[in-house]
Amino acid sequence: MVPFAGYSMPVQYPAGIMAEHLHTRAAAGLFDVSHMGQAELVGEGAAAALERLTPADVQGLKPGRQRYGVLLNEQGGIIDDFMFANMGERLFLVVNASRKHVDLPLIESVLPRGVTLRPLADRALLALQGPGAVAALATILPDLAALKFMGVWEGQGMVISRSGYTGEDGVEISLPAEQAESFAKTLLGLPGVMPAGLGARDSLRLEAGLCLYGNDIDETTSPVEANLVWSIGKRRRMEWNFAGAETIRGQLDHGVSRLRVGIQPQGRQPARGHTPIQAGGLDIGEITSGGFGPSVNAPVAMGYVAREHAADGTPLELLVRGKGLAAHVAPLPFHPHRYAR
Amino acid sequence: MTDTKFSKDHEWVRLDGGAAIVGITDHAQNALGDVVFVDLPEIGREVAVGEAIAVVESVKAASDVYAPLAGRVVEVNSALVDNPGLINSEPTAEGWFFKIEPNGPLPDDLMDEGEYAAFVETL
Repeated sequence: MVPFAGYSMPVQYPAGIMAEHLHTRAAAGLFDVSHMGQAELVGEGAAAALERLTPADVQGLKPGRQRYGVLLNEQGGIIDDFMFANMGERLFLVVNASRKHVDLPLIESVLPRGVTLRPLADRALLALQGPGAVAALATILPDLAALKFMGVWEGQGMVISRSGYTGEDGVEISLPAEQAESFAKTLLGLPGVMPAGLGARDSLRLEAGLCLYGNDIDETTSPVEANLVWSIGKRRRMEWNFAGAETIRGQLDHGVSRLRVGIQPQGRQPARGHTPIQAGGLDIGEITSGGFGPSVNAPVAMGYVAREHAADGTPLELLVRGKGLAAHVAPLPFHPHRYAR
Repeated sequence: MTDTKFSKDHEWVRLDGGAAIVGITDHAQNALGDVVFVDLPEIGREVAVGEAIAVVESVKAASDVYAPLAGRVVEVNSALVDNPGLINSEPTAEGWFFKIEPNGPLPDDLMDEGEYAAFVETL
């Protein structure tokens, strides 16, 4: 157990990170991610209000669907990344644990009369991830079998989205905290389900090329630099009416000086976060997340490099403990996404 | 393992002829988790007590391995390069790291097996 964002979290269960990671890719891993912040936005104009803070298309999201977005500051820096779902009469939000104390007051501050933000501090979040996750869950909740990637189902006090943070098919289950333990035990009793901790969650998301807030993105990085332009709605790119829009527009028109890329070190040695990246003896960037990818069976990393070094295959040198380690820019994800589209 | 000594940094030391074999303890490998890479010192390097001379990388993190005695590195376990998992499966045997030819007596703060077990209990 380790402290994480004010919570005591399991890094690994007895099987260990490697086994938990590989099992999630082969069958199903159950992650307790109840530290994540959950909230609801209710009232006429809720979607339009949220669009003041995010370049995502919130108003265009259909009922029963979920989407990824970033919250931006006035300089176009990323305050947080988050998931939002259209539940019909309300929006359901999931934000990062370490940022909920920033996000929720910020969202509150832009709400017009009649729109209310309800923090859901008494709800737990369980992520069941892997190719066997939905089949296992459908043995007790048959409706789930028909849910598509980024679809949302609601029933029995639960909100279940077919999404996650591993690159695999799977679900995230929001439910009342007092039901979480018994439901988690039920899930662990389903065929092929094994508990998995923060360590496997990190190696899975890294292989999937997904950003970790505080490592790969923060208030000093923009969604253009972070290669998250896909999260900016088409309509929003005509309206330019979100926080930081001027900066983002300038970056899209004129390019950025650095970009987030995948980085593949040669050999077996991992390069961790904050490792300096060089090319031709000059500092050109820094690794933001790095480690060993159990499914890739090789070290994997991501980081920011100067734009002229961002093309796939570009050779790089990583300065690990003062010694140069050969690497190259690699396409993300390292392990193919396997979503139920 | 009565002739094996242990450091507070969770290395073990066993005298073998003129050299001391060094590895990490079962407690250490268990805390590290699955080892994926090891960076071993150069043969011939003169090392001081407590000097970080090797690095062990697990899926979780990178950790230094310290010289529990002073002397000269005379051999490294090259089997670890292709099979770093030996550190997890056989930490006190085939998973040894390096051999040091001591340039004096072993430091007297090294513990015997019972003392080390008691030390681990306090962590």
